[in-house]
Amino acid sequence: MVPGIVAFTGKFFPHSFTLLRNVADIMDFFEPDYFIELLFSGLTKGAIYALIALGYTMVYGIIGLINFAHGEIYMIGAFTALIVSTVLSIYGFPLLAIFILAAVAAVVWASAYGYTIERLAYRPLRNAPRLSPLISAIGMSIFLQNYVLLAQTSDFQPFPALVPDFAFMEPVAHIVGSTDLVILVVSVIVMILLTVMIKFTRTGKAMRATAQDKKMALLVGINVDNVISITFITGSALAAIGGLLIASHVGQINFYIGFIAGIKAFTAAVLGGIGSIPGAVLGSFILGLTESFATGYVSSDYEDVFAFSLLVLILIFRPAGLLGKSTIEKV
Amino acid sequence: MYTEKEEHHVLKPKSLHSFLAAFAFATGVSTGALAADTITIGVAGAHSGDLASYGLPTVKATELVVNDINEQGGINGMQLKMLAEDDVCKPEIATNTATKLVSENVNVVIGHICSGATKAALPIYRDANIIVMSPSATNPDLTQSGDYPNFYRTIASDDLQARTMVDFVTDKLHAQKVAIIHDKGDYGKGLAEFAKTFIEQAGKIEVVLFEGVTPGAVDYSSVVQKIKRSKADAVIYGGYHPEASKIVSQMRKKRLETAFLGPDGVKDDTFIKVAGANAEGVYATGPADVSQNPLTKKYRQKFIDQEGTDPGAFFNNAVAAALALTSAIEKAGSTDSEAIANALHNETAETPFGAIKFDASGEPIGIGFIMYQVKNGEYVQVQ
Amino acid sequence: MLPLKDIRNGLMVAGWFVFLTFPLMVIKVNPVEKTIVWRWPNMLYVAAGSFIAYLYVKLAQKNKKAAILVACWTAYLALPLIRYFMYQDISILIWDTTTSIYAAVGAFHMILTLCLFHKHHILRKILSGIWLLFIGTPVVMLLAQAAGKILLPKIPAALHFLTPFIITIEHIQFWNWIRILWVALACYLLYSSLQTYLASKRNIMPDHLTNEPKIRWSQYLYKRPVYLPLLTFCSTFFLLFPHLFSTYQVNIMISALMYVVLGLGLNIVVGVAGLLDLGYVAFYAVGAYSYALLNMHFDLGFWVVLPIGGILGAFFGILLGIPVLRLRGDYLAIVTLGFGEIIRLVLENWNDFSQGPSGISNIDRPPLPGVDLSLEGSIVYMYYLTIVMVIFTIFVVNRLQDSRIGRAWFALREDEIACQAMGIDKMKTKLTAFALGATWAGMVGVLFAAKTTFVNPASFTFLESAIILCIVVLGGMGSIVGVIISALVLILMPEYLRAFSDYRMLVFGAVLVIMMVFKPRGLISSVRRTYTINDETL
Repeated sequence: MVPGIVAFTGKFFPHSFTLLRNVADIMDFFEPDYFIELLFSGLTKGAIYALIALGYTMVYGIIGLINFAHGEIYMIGAFTALIVSTVLSIYGFPLLAIFILAAVAAVVWASAYGYTIERLAYRPLRNAPRLSPLISAIGMSIFLQNYVLLAQTSDFQPFPALVPDFAFMEPVAHIVGSTDLVILVVSVIVMILLTVMIKFTRTGKAMRATAQDKKMALLVGINVDNVISITFITGSALAAIGGLLIASHVGQINFYIGFIAGIKAFTAAVLGGIGSIPGAVLGSFILGLTESFATGYVSSDYEDVFAFSLLVLILIFRPAGLLGKSTIEKV
Repeated sequence: MYTEKEEHHVLKPKSLHSFLAAFAFATGVSTGALAADTITIGVAGAHSGDLASYGLPTVKATELVVNDINEQGGINGMQLKMLAEDDVCKPEIATNTATKLVSENVNVVIGHICSGATKAALPIYRDANIIVMSPSATNPDLTQSGDYPNFYRTIASDDLQARTMVDFVTDKLHAQKVAIIHDKGDYGKGLAEFAKTFIEQAGKIEVVLFEGVTPGAVDYSSVVQKIKRSKADAVIYGGYHPEASKIVSQMRKKRLETAFLGPDGVKDDTFIKVAGANAEGVYATGPADVSQNPLTKKYRQKFIDQEGTDPGAFFNNAVAAALALTSAIEKAGSTDSEAIANALHNETAETPFGAIKFDASGEPIGIGFIMYQVKNGEYVQVQ
Repeated sequence: MLPLKDIRNGLMVAGWFVFLTFPLMVIKVNPVEKTIVWRWPNMLYVAAGSFIAYLYVKLAQKNKKAAILVACWTAYLALPLIRYFMYQDISILIWDTTTSIYAAVGAFHMILTLCLFHKHHILRKILSGIWLLFIGTPVVMLLAQAAGKILLPKIPAALHFLTPFIITIEHIQFWNWIRILWVALACYLLYSSLQTYLASKRNIMPDHLTNEPKIRWSQYLYKRPVYLPLLTFCSTFFLLFPHLFSTYQVNIMISALMYVVLGLGLNIVVGVAGLLDLGYVAFYAVGAYSYALLNMHFDLGFWVVLPIGGILGAFFGILLGIPVLRLRGDYLAIVTLGFGEIIRLVLENWNDFSQGPSGISNIDRPPLPGVDLSLEGSIVYMYYLTIVMVIFTIFVVNRLQDSRIGRAWFALREDEIACQAMGIDKMKTKLTAFALGATWAGMVGVLFAAKTTFVNPASFTFLESAIILCIVVLGGMGSIVGVIISALVLILMPEYLRAFSDYRMLVFGAVLVIMMVFKPRGLISSVRRTYTINDETL
């Protein structure tokens, strides 16, 4: 029995040596090209996560709901962009016009879906027990996935490269692609716009007020229903931009892309402290970089394990996420 | 002699009856007792869900073969009947599917499509003493473990495929360093591990990278960078085409021109469509080109006539399975499993792959793999 | 009738949905070939569908009874038509299970209508006559069919055309039972339309003006005259199930019953203790793999591993519980989700431990001492094992809820701080909730591995956790009966929806949303224990 057990445990850990080799890999950390490549791929991933995570965090901040259907909005945005851009390219529009029009269409329709979902599946549940809207959201997510599957196709669809290879990027193309650059630039612009909107406009103020205290906001004359709708619309628009960018980066989409991206973005939002907008951005970049470096220096086998372990670790030490406010419990 | 099918035909023209007939409830059709003079062929596989495109051609192929044989008067005077059941490629559902087929008294089964589902379902057929022939389950365990004497397949197993890829990389591409990437799935990882073992056994070349990627992940650029840093001369990929096209596209975007080899999961026209120009030069293994075989032509044409599209992957294998089984039943002269098995092992059957029979473990003799390469937007055989 | 305003709004809603679904439903592009297919009819379907749906919801808001009737009858009449047009399926001509179920549903609709409009005394008598016909028909038919099979060949062929319910074509005899059904149906439909008409004329007093307290229908379940016969019926049904239905049905039922146990287990964590767990499937995986691995390496039997699976489940429950003790609400949700994924990923990647994605096959089925079971025998045996497991779970969970620890969980769910102030150890209470919840998942995992004889990590995805959670919430959090019903519905529904093949997951998603919107507290909300103090001195 005993030798059996020894052989048994020995069977379990033959990888210890490979692990050691990986440690040696980490030692030549100063391979600047490789490091920068990983950094950029992490940043790109982070930017995409951030665009989706913002929608999660905004919705959560206002009505305290994990909107599981948000990943599907991102997928619908990507599909709308695919349809519009293909139609336009058949009619011979120039690439820039296609890019802009596809982006506009994606934003418009994704927002429309976001708004409709809120009206149909969440608004009637405003005063229901806490978990009911969550189930409604899971149902919505399953519904939308299958809706796109049936209305379009189950196969992967090639997505046209809406971002051309810029000539000035060619010397560094082996490190940073043109799409990576566009993703970073666009998402930074979008995030700045969002911050401006939330900080300085009337709507933004109304949003913050509603997030703080819905009843009080109602008392000072804010139309809470409208504010919630606007939140959903803004979040969906951001997700649609994310969908468009990542689809033209990866070059293919299907009905299922929203699910995994959605879970990752949600993780990022929680990591940063759900409900906090800078938190979502920070969390997303941390998650993107962790995944990228974990893949690059250790192994992509356990990429997601690293991501989730990081989350658990951070939450153990900061139970409300990195930038989330820990609520003081009052009786 | 009236079978149920004919009864329906007799009644169908009456409009009143068809209207009455509309009165069904969505609980599935109850098939009633089977007449002893029909042979039922069960067809199991993914007929819905995201892998349906692999499963549905099998149903169609079986249907075409069954109709053909029935038109010619059946086998030894017995009519054939087909019973298709969906398993969505999930092991836990596959056991339900298998139980259903067994309880419907099928004589033989064509399926299942995915190796995992097949593995889960086989013990049920084994206990019921039913012969199963899969057109697409390539996991070597299914035949090599010896656990499933009732299992046959019309596709070569993964280890043979891995062997083909490794030999090609070593002898034709003269690569020194190889990166092996897989999709962590049953099929992909199994294949990747075989490739790794073969390379290590030969000892001529080196595996510099062995990694799994998460299917459906947002992007794979970190893995691509890792491939680049490993300075591999060739990438062997185990998995299906969606991830393969993502990885190849990102490799080419990063100006990485390393040779890329995929298994038959990549040798799919969708891969070329999705990867577009980036697919050029990609190698993939696949069953030998049999497009000139008269049987292949015949069934392919029938499929196109009825469905209006090209048949998908594994169509030829499914036709081969249907033909092999029916001819074995005919030669055995009974539906007794022992007799059919005997015929499968000893008598050759004409299929789209030529004349095939099966070895003792259930592997087909006469079906192998060859290497293809994408040239000008289509797969051509590498000489 | 519906006012014009509703119709106008309905048109606007239809317009909005046409706009919304335009790109996805109407245009279908092929980006490679650069071709577009415009599917304009879809636009019409969307418009009509959303218009009717809107009007229907409006009707439901105004007159609930009429709405229920309309829904039931539309479904009843539309299903066979859909089936006919989609599949050209005419199997109904032969009297079989399909038709008998259809007749039974008809009877159910009948009873429903009876319940809704039970105030008409004279008509009720006519109605009960037809009702009897309806209920009796399937029974008579089944008997007659059996008799017919024996007798028919003996009746001279010349006489066949005289019997109105037998069709004779060439040499085949058909008993056209469906005609009786049609007669009954026609009478009944006529009657119920009359009823609806009368009901709309009558001035119905709103519920809140009557003095009687409103009784939720679920509370009827707890009345002795209702639940005793119901319980007897259910237990007979479940006991006889394997003898009444095919092995396939039994197999599906085993899966459904396993989900009952999983639902009851998760109910402890989510429903009773109020801790949102999105990674419950992890413990299920732990149980399944513990049996698979122990069976493979050490040849341990089912009965030895069953408790081990439970204990391992509990152990992992505590392992998860400790780091998340400080977390609240949705932070807890994401950590549990992550935990579930980690377990699955480890099983997927750690080949030497779990054989990776190819899984472990050839796991032993539970043995019955002294008997060599055939496949069917072992499925039936498995079925009874699961039934015992379900009963055991119900018993334990029920007792737990009323115990000291159960009351502590309820208190924890309602208010953590007040709970602590009452001297309840928050940490211990939470940990026991996690551990006890996970125990069930571990045991069902063992059962699952023994049933499928094969496990691989693909069976333990997040979607699985989500479905178990849906069972708990849909059933009504904390309610045992609710969880049982919703587990049976949610797991059996996709199986029976197979006729709709591609549409089944679409329908599943829609049903979840609709159920939540219209019954946010679940099918059966748990009855709160109330204490009445009759002490005069107070």
